[in-house]
Amino acid sequence: MKKYECINEMDLSFISKSNNESFARATISAFVSQLDPTIDELTDIKTSVSEAVTNCIAHAYNEQIGIIYINAKIFSNGKISIKIRDKGVGIDDVDQAMEPLFTTGGSDRSGLGFAVMKSFMDRVKVKSYVGKGTTVLMEKSIIRRSNKNEK
Amino acid sequence: MGVSILSNSKEGLKISISGDIDHHSSSDMRIKIDSFIEKYHPKIVILDFSSVSFMDTSGIGLILGRFKLTERMGIKLEVVNARNRVKRIIEFSGIKSLGILK
Repeated sequence: MKKYECINEMDLSFISKSNNESFARATISAFVSQLDPTIDELTDIKTSVSEAVTNCIAHAYNEQIGIIYINAKIFSNGKISIKIRDKGVGIDDVDQAMEPLFTTGGSDRSGLGFAVMKSFMDRVKVKSYVGKGTTVLMEKSIIRRSNKNEK
Repeated sequence: MGVSILSNSKEGLKISISGDIDHHSSSDMRIKIDSFIEKYHPKIVILDFSSVSFMDTSGIGLILGRFKLTERMGIKLEVVNARNRVKRIIEFSGIKSLGILK
């Protein structure tokens, strides 16, 4: 497999306050915008980031204050990879957590967060250690549009 | 940003929801919507989504929770005017089968 060069990278960390959910979406949006994504592609990424950050706030840190780390990379082939990491409680059974409709949250949680990430992104990988934290890696290729102004 | 009453008549209670629906905003929205429903106990509750700019699965939870509440109270629930990108996640969730999305 050909390895593509990373052409841009960002790191972001913020505390797990729920009003930072919109901050995380806006920041990722601004970073990804340099690839000139369609509004649909951008919405897919924003929604997936929102789901992952919400998981950190509502589940990993369970409304306590901890730090959420986001790393995003853009590759020369138009692929974006986003890593969202917490040092929270961890997930005991990742496969179960990723099942649609499974939730440990209350009746107003849909249990569809991971299902949305898997559907809206090209690839989602979850690594979790109980008591240590969780890392969600998501990737999506932004389709290059012709006729767009380069630089 | 938030929840407000658009109209309230015998026909029903129409509530506008605006801004982003996420885990942060949805808890306040839920409290407001439920207080309106409980106060007016209408025959139909119409949630107008035309001003919703973004929504993640917290919005699905918000709709599902209101569906359960209204069903228990014998009230009909409708979700109207969702923009295409908001509609997409609603359709993805499968709650379309409840017949509330107009």
